Amino acid sequence: MPTQKTVAQTGNVLVAEAMRQCAPDMMAAYPITPQTTIVEEFAKFVANGRVHTQYVTVESEHSCMSACIGASAAGARVMTATSSQGLALMWEELHIASGMRLPIVMANANRALSAPINIHCDHSDIMGARDAGWVILFAETAQEAYDNTIMSVRIAEHPDVLLPVMTTLDGFITTHSIDRAEMMDDETVTSFVGDYVPKNALLDTDHPVSHGNFAGLGGPYFEFKRSQRLAMDRAHGVVNAIGAEWSGITGRPFGMIETFGMEDAEVAIVVIGSTAGNARHVARGLRAKGVKAGIVKVRCFRPFPAAELADALKGVKAVAVMDRSESFGAEGGPLFLEVRSALYDLADRVPLVDYIYGLGGSDVKTELIERVFTDLSDIASGATAPAGLTYLGTR
Amino acid sequence: MHEQLTEIRWHARAGQGAVTAAKLVAETAMELDHYIQAMPEYGPERMGAPIQAFTRISASPIEIHNNIEFPDVVVVLDETLLPIVDVQRGLADDGVLIINTCTPPDTVRKALHIASARVACVDATGISQDTLKRDMPNTPMLGALAKVTGIFTLEQIIAHLRKTFGKKFSQEVIDANVAAVTRAYEEVQCS
Repeated sequence: MPTQKTVAQTGNVLVAEAMRQCAPDMMAAYPITPQTTIVEEFAKFVANGRVHTQYVTVESEHSCMSACIGASAAGARVMTATSSQGLALMWEELHIASGMRLPIVMANANRALSAPINIHCDHSDIMGARDAGWVILFAETAQEAYDNTIMSVRIAEHPDVLLPVMTTLDGFITTHSIDRAEMMDDETVTSFVGDYVPKNALLDTDHPVSHGNFAGLGGPYFEFKRSQRLAMDRAHGVVNAIGAEWSGITGRPFGMIETFGMEDAEVAIVVIGSTAGNARHVARGLRAKGVKAGIVKVRCFRPFPAAELADALKGVKAVAVMDRSESFGAEGGPLFLEVRSALYDLADRVPLVDYIYGLGGSDVKTELIERVFTDLSDIASGATAPAGLTYLGTR
Repeated sequence: MHEQLTEIRWHARAGQGAVTAAKLVAETAMELDHYIQAMPEYGPERMGAPIQAFTRISASPIEIHNNIEFPDVVVVLDETLLPIVDVQRGLADDGVLIINTCTPPDTVRKALHIASARVACVDATGISQDTLKRDMPNTPMLGALAKVTGIFTLEQIIAHLRKTFGKKFSQEVIDANVAAVTRAYEEVQCS
């Protein structure tokens, strides 16, 4: 019988606890800033004998992902965590992990990239990795970060997927704030994730394989990439299925998108991560005043739930996308580009505007979200949408 | 105060234990089955620099994650911040400002031009030096907070301190903290 206990903990501690409960064989970590306290907490679990994981400290984030790739190819269940410049330094290894179809699970504390120097929350780091071939989950709360991490193991290791997964949470806002959450008992998580049976382990000497070979000039590189595309497409159904299974155990809902007020919304905000909570709070207030406001939160960014989004947003009179990262020179931020693309095939055009907000931890004041809804109400009643994207709340 | 949500903003200097206090308040409230948040405003760690921390307490799940702009309660752990930080910023008209100071509340009210919010003063530094033998004003302020706001009782905060400190500190240190909280509860002056 699953039993849960209520805890007051930071997002980082909850992710570390989830990882302990999933019992990886190996964790590599570069234990210097910009690392997270996830690996610090996990190191304590190892030192105290609460989990039997080979804990490897490495000399850089690049080496960290290299070590994870080696251990995963050998046949181990592998996890790590990173953030910001650390994720950026892993960049080439991220592609190797996904290209070798290694089901590594990595937590990322979503934070800004230099320059100028900034340690606070935005999505610049993770959005920079969006085309690296990893499944990417976003959490609104510490609770979701915990749940997503446990689901990540099953998604990554699913035979129809075999792709690495990033389970992400907003830097400081979610990583370092103490929040109320429900933690599942160890046995339930252990049995949910099950034992890892690697598919092509290098250490399985009875079935010798090689990984990451030369595949150029007439080799099967192109076909490998298509197989990755197909695996990511299949991940769509797997994410939903694993989410539903975990949801059945915990009683907490899971959707690749999660909506509020979209049954009859005339104005809506599409948003990712912790700001979804702020936006829902504002929408709740507006609905009490008769404004038909709605929220679409994107919880899984890769694979992108385009059909679900189009379905949720069709017929809405004005939609704002809130991007916490830039794609300089593009028509909008990364989320805007995805959403506009998802809506392209709808018979009726949905007016869509983009707001860049909260870069470098700039505080997402309630008043800013109210301003977005006011703009949307204006657009819905016939005002011309602002051209280009809007920087929300810059001085 | 809001019926549903109580927002507490802490002003202190780094090293005075505001983040711990914000957390202890949240944990105690959670034991009473409230939803909670406790977070510091993160920045470079510089001992003595002005910092803020935040606690939210609510009967229902808390969805907002931003800094607290319109607090119901402001707690100031260091009165030398008063001339340099606008501690009253956004404070609700029916809110309360709790300050670690020897100055009486009426004098503080006049000096800070506070119209309607309540002002509560307690010599947390003095109490801390008497009981803990060092200047650590955070735990006494928990006693003052209990008395002035009623978000939890003196017994509830003491029970929580005994439980959490029990894992880390000697009986002597725990007793000194309990004495500090109790004295601040008894001595806080409100206007």
